[in-house]
Amino acid sequence: MTREQARGAREIAVVAFAQTDHRRTSEEHSEVEMLMPVLHDVLEQTGLKTADIGFTCSGSSDYLAGRAFSFTLALDGVGAWPPISESHVEMDGAWALYEAWTKLLTGDADTALVYSYGKSSPGSVRDVLTRQLDPYYVAPLWPDSVALAALQAQALIDAGETDEPALAGVAARSRAAATTNSHAQLRGSVPHGEYVVRPLRTGDCPPIGDGAAAVVLAAGERARQLCARPAWIRGIDHRIEAHGLGVRDLTDSPSARLAAEKAGVFEQPVDTAELHAPFTAQEVVLRKALRLDDRVTVNPSGGALAANPIMAAGLIRIGEAAARIHRGESDRALAHATSGPCLQQNLVAVLEGDPR
Amino acid sequence: MSKEPVAVTGIGQTKHVAARRDVSIAGLVREAARRALDDAELTWADIDAVVIGKAPDFFEGVMMPELYLADALGAVGKPMLRVHTAGSVGGSTALVAAGLVAARVHGTVLTLAFEKQSESNAMWGLSLPIPFQQPLLAGAGGFFAPHVRAYMRRTGAPDTVGSLVAYKDRRNALKNPYAHLHEHDITLEKVQSSPMLWDPIRYSETCPSSDGACAMVLTDRAGAARSPRPPAWMLGGAMRSEPTLFAGKDFVSPQAGKDCAADVYRQAGIKDPRRDIDAVEMYVPFSWYEPMWLENLGFAEEGEGWKLTESGVTELDGDLPVNMSGGVLSANPIGASGMIRFAEAALQVRGQAGEHQVDGARRVLGHAYGGGSQFFSMWLVGDRPPTS
Repeated sequence: MTREQARGAREIAVVAFAQTDHRRTSEEHSEVEMLMPVLHDVLEQTGLKTADIGFTCSGSSDYLAGRAFSFTLALDGVGAWPPISESHVEMDGAWALYEAWTKLLTGDADTALVYSYGKSSPGSVRDVLTRQLDPYYVAPLWPDSVALAALQAQALIDAGETDEPALAGVAARSRAAATTNSHAQLRGSVPHGEYVVRPLRTGDCPPIGDGAAAVVLAAGERARQLCARPAWIRGIDHRIEAHGLGVRDLTDSPSARLAAEKAGVFEQPVDTAELHAPFTAQEVVLRKALRLDDRVTVNPSGGALAANPIMAAGLIRIGEAAARIHRGESDRALAHATSGPCLQQNLVAVLEGDPR
Repeated sequence: MSKEPVAVTGIGQTKHVAARRDVSIAGLVREAARRALDDAELTWADIDAVVIGKAPDFFEGVMMPELYLADALGAVGKPMLRVHTAGSVGGSTALVAAGLVAARVHGTVLTLAFEKQSESNAMWGLSLPIPFQQPLLAGAGGFFAPHVRAYMRRTGAPDTVGSLVAYKDRRNALKNPYAHLHEHDITLEKVQSSPMLWDPIRYSETCPSSDGACAMVLTDRAGAARSPRPPAWMLGGAMRSEPTLFAGKDFVSPQAGKDCAADVYRQAGIKDPRRDIDAVEMYVPFSWYEPMWLENLGFAEEGEGWKLTESGVTELDGDLPVNMSGGVLSANPIGASGMIRFAEAALQVRGQAGEHQVDGARRVLGHAYGGGSQFFSMWLVGDRPPTS
């Protein structure tokens, strides 16, 4: 939504956020079992029960679960009885939040529960993600997600935008920030490691892990009742780029820039940015596209380099940004989510707290 | 809170067939999208956002195919959302797209749903073993047959009703150039003598596996004013879900379906659906679901749905025509099937359904369901904009 449209529309805020501790494996838990504590947590924060929620929307991917219709059983965790108004996107939960936001804008609901989850542990996520690629010309070659990210990183180095020590610095800063995030999978001083795919080393890549997250949205006065300092969504937009890497400039992210512009990011400075940059080089690309300078606190949670539960990591960025506003640590924050190879699709939201 | 009225100004379908070997997935979806744009007399540049849906990614073996399809659907530089709500997805996708217009987030949205079942094996796609869960009961028919039995036992419906539905829908399909099955030599006797697959469901009472896509252009009041052809107006739309399996779930007439219909009727000001609604495109993958859904949707009292079917009320020239297009029984590109119901409802109120047009259809219901009868999406469209 553009900011012109947002004016005059009803105000909608993130009023609660919960996430799991993200782990390398969670084989002792089903997806529903992984999700349940998060759903309970986020509802308890607001005092709402399932029956009080006006709209529910989730994000997940069948390919991680290794089975069709995996989300249908996750719905059991919500307790959808009596029947609920509910929908699902086969995308990161950030896009489920976007759908829920549009639902609240129409006035059809005053509150929304948004959740997403991903268990990468049952398979090889590098191989699984190759199935996202053009099924006729690219997927049969099995170019894995790290190799594609390495192409992007190398393009960035070749363009003189960064170098390997700078990338190592991104990783070190993220993991140092994660020391205060009890949910993070990797925290503190982590060796930068060997090359995985040149120029990317272990430390340039996200941990592979399982996790879930949930958010409650509320409109207008309802938000103020449910949360002492709601994180108002001042703008949110998402854009997609061409799929073929050969037709994209991998050193730039025009879709992130456009989404940010439409969301109103550039109107006033933000103090915080939670970026969904699973690879160090992608933070470099996003900082440029989103015009983030050193005055902005980037990824105080540690970001996706500290925990990257696929399909939930984008929603977690929105949740982390909102939680900082709830706690009074931010007044105007940017949250970003990405999908597809080399930042193909990007969502940007601007969250603000009431003036203090 | 006032919502922006939502109009359908473009509809496009592919000819549904068992295997479209002449096109890629991208080629298939682009064909439907192009036809919807042509119908609305718009270009790709007029579209503000794209909302795409399909049933599970395992059916084609492509994870999140919207990423690969962004180029084919003119979505580059635009917002693109991917909806997945099992068999109801075609309907849900249209509703999510309509929500973007209703919320005034976008003025004109392209929505599309597809399935290219020939790319893979849907049976395999649904049959991966899951620990601690019952194995799939030999395809969807195995899951639904016991519920059909329960319906027959509960209502005392004679066992001939299912074949009447199949015979009707296959004849209706002969009037729909996009339908997959065109059985010119169909007779009631042929349906009744077809092999029993999952008792009481016979071969001719089941849906085919199809490749196909359906697209619609949804737009706001200003967009509708520029429409070259009469728009269809959304008068109500809703989704409801309930858990897959739990003690007390009524598989014959799920509460989520009833609640969903009630919400749509409330929005549209429908007091008596049997009188106020002119025709219905409902999701009937197995013939017995016509009488079952007639009750679930409030067109008949409980136990009485089969009487409407038996008396000919649901025939194309009946008092409440059901599945004028031939329905899911005559074309089932799974992910698109729900959107086809929605689109066919819109075609009817626009007076553009061709040979299967119902004279004077002014308010038509489009219905979809999915999962183990747990996900529902519906919309009611009319030939006039909503008054409230």
